[in-house]
Amino acid sequence: MNLNRRKLLVRTLGTIGLLGTSKVFATAEDVDAAIKAIAGDAEVTQGALTLNAPEIAENGNSVPISVSVDGEISDDSYVESVTIFADGNPRPEVITFNFTPLSGEAFAATRMRLAKTQNVIAVAKLSDGTVLSDTRNVKVTIGGCGG
Amino acid sequence: MYSRRDFLQFSAICAATTGFSTALTPVAAQQKLSQDQLLNFDSKGSLTLLHITDIHAQLKPVYFRPPSENYGVGDFEGVPPHLVGQNFLDHFNIEKGSALAYAHTMVDYVDLARTYGRLGGLDRMATLVNAIRAERGDNNVLLLDGGDTWQGSYTALKTNGQDMVDCMAILKPDAMVGHWEFTLGTDRVLEIIDSMDYPFLASNIVDTDWEEPVFDSTAFYDRGNTRVAVIGQAMPYTPIANPRWMFPEWSFGLRLGLLQENVNKAREEGAEVVVLLSHNGFDVDQKLARELTGLDVILTGHTHDAVPEALNINNTLVLSSGSHGKYLGRVDLEVNNGKVTDYSSSLIPVFSDVIEPDAEMKAAIDAVRAPHENELNRVLGQTDTMLYRRGNFNGTWDDLICQGLMVERDAELSFSPGFRWGSTLLPGNNITVDDLYNQTSMSYPSVYRLEFSGSQIKEILEDVCDNLFNPDPFFQQGGDMVRVGGMGYTCAPKEIMGSRISDMTLLATGEPIDPNKNYVVAGWASVNENVEGPAVYDLMESYISDQKTVSMEKNNAVKVTGV
Repeated sequence: MNLNRRKLLVRTLGTIGLLGTSKVFATAEDVDAAIKAIAGDAEVTQGALTLNAPEIAENGNSVPISVSVDGEISDDSYVESVTIFADGNPRPEVITFNFTPLSGEAFAATRMRLAKTQNVIAVAKLSDGTVLSDTRNVKVTIGGCGG
Repeated sequence: MYSRRDFLQFSAICAATTGFSTALTPVAAQQKLSQDQLLNFDSKGSLTLLHITDIHAQLKPVYFRPPSENYGVGDFEGVPPHLVGQNFLDHFNIEKGSALAYAHTMVDYVDLARTYGRLGGLDRMATLVNAIRAERGDNNVLLLDGGDTWQGSYTALKTNGQDMVDCMAILKPDAMVGHWEFTLGTDRVLEIIDSMDYPFLASNIVDTDWEEPVFDSTAFYDRGNTRVAVIGQAMPYTPIANPRWMFPEWSFGLRLGLLQENVNKAREEGAEVVVLLSHNGFDVDQKLARELTGLDVILTGHTHDAVPEALNINNTLVLSSGSHGKYLGRVDLEVNNGKVTDYSSSLIPVFSDVIEPDAEMKAAIDAVRAPHENELNRVLGQTDTMLYRRGNFNGTWDDLICQGLMVERDAELSFSPGFRWGSTLLPGNNITVDDLYNQTSMSYPSVYRLEFSGSQIKEILEDVCDNLFNPDPFFQQGGDMVRVGGMGYTCAPKEIMGSRISDMTLLATGEPIDPNKNYVVAGWASVNENVEGPAVYDLMESYISDQKTVSMEKNNAVKVTGV
């Protein structure tokens, strides 16, 4: 158990770099533009990147998410970064996790605030220029009234 | 395939022997329906799974009227469990007026209730379980409790679930899962689990700090010469549907990735048969059966749906065993070389009048009720009309509660949650304390009195409606629509969130609800902490006592369109 916790902390704390907050996005179109800025001319594909998020948030103020990219990591082929967007938040660019070949595993977990039901989008950039994305719609509900 | 034939045989027996039963006297009906007949089952192989779920603390037999409205949307329109009344009878080829018709539908409900009597009772259930164990051999039977066991009655409330814990111990289940159990709070849940001789399983509960498993996900058994793994799944949206502050250390969710890992792990560890004991709800588990691999059987609960036999979805059997102790679910499996090669399944309706109560269980039930017997039997009033709860939009019990909330708290509108638990009273029945608590017994009963704007009310209705009619079952929470007193509206289940609710009207004046105006609303079962107000059972005791005799007219306040 402790091993898991330590690993998680090391992975998370050791590799994240918070984004600057100079630009404010407000719409899904702005998120698309931000993804384009990461991807450049590369085609954004789905595949080895997995974003885990709850179907319905238990607490919109603290929604746990995690991202992982499958695949062998070497000096020549590794995940450079994974950026998380939330397209319904006032500032949708949430966090960027930066990795190196020494990261060992491209995995990170954090918690984020979601103001309302919206898409959470992860975008991974690989060292060979490949860009991956994965999207989860997370519902934020007022609750009560369950069976 | 085989199970279908078996079921039809059983159905035919019931239909033939009881015939047009509305003309039968209760005595005649009881003579023609027997315990042996209920236990008649075309056995397969050597492994038997028995499933009881959503008892909601009903130790005694109950009337429980099946719903007349249970709309399905998307892929679930017009298929079980979203068939009611005559459509249900037609689909399953059940004769109108037969014992099975009474058990499964509301067609001629009051007449048939007077003929066939109450269903359930844990002492009758014990008789059936013991008979099947004797017939199949103790080592060949697994008994699994799908949860919602410790909440829902006066004695469960007064004993913090201990009455159910003691009685279930006699029944000796092999495992259980939970939902309303958690509303007893973290400490009490852990205290009970410590005292139990069988595991409390949950693949999908992790601690909120580290997201590590809190409970065992899986238990292994050697039964029927077969290595069986049972994986548990708690109600995934418990912290949303119920007060999260009562168990703040735990996080739930569907967690399908984790579940698939646990299925794979069970196979790797030698399981020949993998069973999911689930409190996800029937639609959720139908979808889950399509998305996950390696599950042989899903025993599902939560949505209180009862279907006469298991559905076979991509070689996963999905059996939904109803609620309130009305049915005992049974699945027989023939297993060869680690594969299920044949099966049969059915829900056995627990007709209380024709089953000899198990003496040990009966004594235990009497013992837990004895200290409360005077209070349980205290009569608060009578009802001229049937009082029931289950239905997508309303039921007469909640109509009565909504009236009581408005009168006793001097409110313009009232909200009563769309719970699916709560038994039924027939016209002419007394309303006792026991009956009232069967509708209201819970650990967060305060009746609030708050002002909401018209637009807030619309938002609440849309939100709850999407929990019920989202076309993706993974977003359904398993309750019915919040019941609204003092207001009418139109609902279009097939629309999207934000567009389902229209024509909100204040019934007292006939005027449209003004989005910008505030209305005084009384409601109960808020999931918020520190809610102020009287307990709903105390409030309703006062209201029913004042009424003396209640008479609930048909409620036409909700119009349903586009279905």
